[in-house]
Amino acid sequence: MDRRNFLKALALTGATLTIKQSGAVTLMTQHFNAASAPAANAYDLVAVMGGEPVAMFRKGIAEMGGMAKFVKKGYKVVVKPNIGWDKKPELAGDTNPDLVAEIIRQCIKAGAKEVIVFDHTCDDWRKCYANSGIEAAAKAAGAKVLPAHEESYYRTVSLPKGKNLKSAKIHEAILDSDVWINVPVLKNHGGAKMSISMKNHMGIVWDRGFFHSHDLQQCIADICTLEKAAVLNVVDAYRLIKTNGPRGKSEADVVLSKGLFISQDIVAVDTAATSFFNQVRDMPLESVGHIAKAQAHNLGTMDIDKLNVKKIKM
Amino acid sequence: MLRKIRIVVSVTLFALITLYFLDFAGFMPQGFHSLTKIQIIPALLALNIDVLVGLLILTLLFGRVYCSSICPMGIYQDIVNRLSKRFQKKKRFKFSKAQTVLRWSVVSVTLIAFLFGFTFLLGLLDPYSAFGRMTVHVLKPAYLAGNNLLESIFTQFGSNTFYKMGVYVASVSSLVIALVTLLTIGYLAWINGRIYCNTICPVGTVLGFVSRYSLFKIRIDENLCNSCGLCGRKCKASCIDTKSHEIDYSRCINCFDCLEVCSQNAMKFTYPAQKPIQHNANGIDESKRRFMMAVGVAGLAATQVFADSKLIKTSKKQAKRTTAISPPGSTSADHLLDKCTSCHLCVSKCPSNVIKPAFTEYGLGGIMQPMLSFEKGFCNYDCTICSDVCPSGALLPLTLEQKHVTQMGQVQFIIENCIVHTDGTSCGACSEHCPTQAVSMIPYKNDLTIPHINTEICVGCGGCEYVCPTMPYKAIYVEGIANHNIIEIKKEKVEEIKVDDFGF
Repeated sequence: MDRRNFLKALALTGATLTIKQSGAVTLMTQHFNAASAPAANAYDLVAVMGGEPVAMFRKGIAEMGGMAKFVKKGYKVVVKPNIGWDKKPELAGDTNPDLVAEIIRQCIKAGAKEVIVFDHTCDDWRKCYANSGIEAAAKAAGAKVLPAHEESYYRTVSLPKGKNLKSAKIHEAILDSDVWINVPVLKNHGGAKMSISMKNHMGIVWDRGFFHSHDLQQCIADICTLEKAAVLNVVDAYRLIKTNGPRGKSEADVVLSKGLFISQDIVAVDTAATSFFNQVRDMPLESVGHIAKAQAHNLGTMDIDKLNVKKIKM
Repeated sequence: MLRKIRIVVSVTLFALITLYFLDFAGFMPQGFHSLTKIQIIPALLALNIDVLVGLLILTLLFGRVYCSSICPMGIYQDIVNRLSKRFQKKKRFKFSKAQTVLRWSVVSVTLIAFLFGFTFLLGLLDPYSAFGRMTVHVLKPAYLAGNNLLESIFTQFGSNTFYKMGVYVASVSSLVIALVTLLTIGYLAWINGRIYCNTICPVGTVLGFVSRYSLFKIRIDENLCNSCGLCGRKCKASCIDTKSHEIDYSRCINCFDCLEVCSQNAMKFTYPAQKPIQHNANGIDESKRRFMMAVGVAGLAATQVFADSKLIKTSKKQAKRTTAISPPGSTSADHLLDKCTSCHLCVSKCPSNVIKPAFTEYGLGGIMQPMLSFEKGFCNYDCTICSDVCPSGALLPLTLEQKHVTQMGQVQFIIENCIVHTDGTSCGACSEHCPTQAVSMIPYKNDLTIPHINTEICVGCGGCEYVCPTMPYKAIYVEGIANHNIIEIKKEKVEEIKVDDFGF
């Protein structure tokens, strides 16, 4: 090997190392690794309407290339729904339990070694887990349901790309998983305007108070710079909370909208879901500050027209 | 045989009631709270006639069975006493004179204090409540620590049967009181058996009086007795005078230890036979007791009349909340202070850790009484556990529908502290937690929303106060009210909304 070739090799190795260091690229490689054999018609975003939660997810994930594209044999998977409130499924405060169960079943079918479900709830966690129907549905589907109510379940992770949020305590289940699937429910939010995929990250962190006191919209975008990004975002819009969210007062706040959105691009999926919500109640994208802030972090695109989108009406 | 039955019954009841106090995971069915409802002072305060009549009949038939087998504090002392015997192999009891004056003085002072609205003393001395506090403040932290240890072991092996629980001191004053109670009564039991029951405990004094007239008693058959004195040495109530063959029935707690040790079969638990043995105290003492009893009964009745006419006593302190928030079902701080003996079952059972023993927030008489405090959580809108389990009627049972419209306090908003106002950034944490939207978010400048309060529909759950991120002072908090109110929640119409398109 002559000197030139040696230097070339050295430079190349160095370049590869720097790439490895970059969070964004890691994110991409993670996705590409997961998609070892990308389907010819792989979509960036799949939107489904008009069906029951399970049927919509089956259609949607098939169009995304199937669960096996994201969950490999022997993976430890976390499915992270929103279980924030002590509410029954009809009140849409929490993710639909049937959808959660179906995702778990598909993960196990794809060969997942273990599927874990948890959420850092707002109401008493035991009541949330039980009354949302998620604990029972998840266990029946074969998942482990873990608590998240004590600080000791969380580990500090630094967020070098965060603007206001430089580090956060993240639930160990997420950190110890091979991949995690983010399954929010579509809701109006009094402070953040919308609660979708990005806002659902507040259920994997311990200190939410910091978010609220250090510019909520910025912190929501910042937490999504977490190196271990969700491999999939599945937005449950079977029922949505249009007013008085994210908790809702009564049935009057709930709309049976029968929608579902799936994407790896968290900005795109929240953009799509907000536009969907906008048909029920005026909600301009600009008002949902964290979406644009996440785009500024290069976490995805709000320009969904440029993406390969599949829309299915059932 | 009787002694064995007594031991089995008392150990079972003791284990169940203690576990019920400790059980945070809800593995014991709610129905077990009836174990606390058969306790005499709570039943008296709740005017739970069935229980009172039942206990009275039980005592008139068999004597102080309550003290031997139902009262957890009594059984605690027996356990300590049993332990002490391992260290003092030759432990002997000795007959002692009855402390009649002291006993009735304690009853009178407690009663008078109670009549003047100072329930604190009754709560302090009531053996059940004192035991409850010992369990909640001393034993429970150990129980939780044990749980956490098991959790870490099980989790190591991949099982998530257990989950972690925070261990902390709910109230320093109550912890100190509980610890002093535990050590004092424990020490007395260690050195000389049931001293507390037979000198201080007002329940013991009153039941002791009643049991003088009970049908079944331990009787000494002087024909069979060889005056060995063994029964007296084994009597942890020190109530058998072996020299005169007399038993002080006001102090006998029916442990039946004497029956078992008598080799001559001279001790019998019987119905008065051919010759009822009467060893009455002198007449003066008797009339004094009758008088006291009459005062007691009249006094208790009078309290019910007085109950509603008293004024609230709140202490002013520098904290923002000037009126303590009494728990759901208490209807008012007055009612609470009249009825609550501070057994702290509600403190232990609250899944959100919202109920905390007060220091002087209710005034001096309210030390140890439960109040809402939002450092660890907030009152769950769909939970009624505290009022379900309260044995004394201090917290009256609420249905979920009643709970939803019960106002315990009113929200106060300090805009100068609010993040939205000071930092110009979004928050909405308070409104997010508000079950009735008494705190709602309304438009503010630059696409922001800011809290807006409507005290009329506030239930006072404290969700807003708990979650408000501002430091050190909260921008939103709940102020207590003297009397709970019923709020009116308007039913909203459900409008049919059809979504036909994706919208993008």
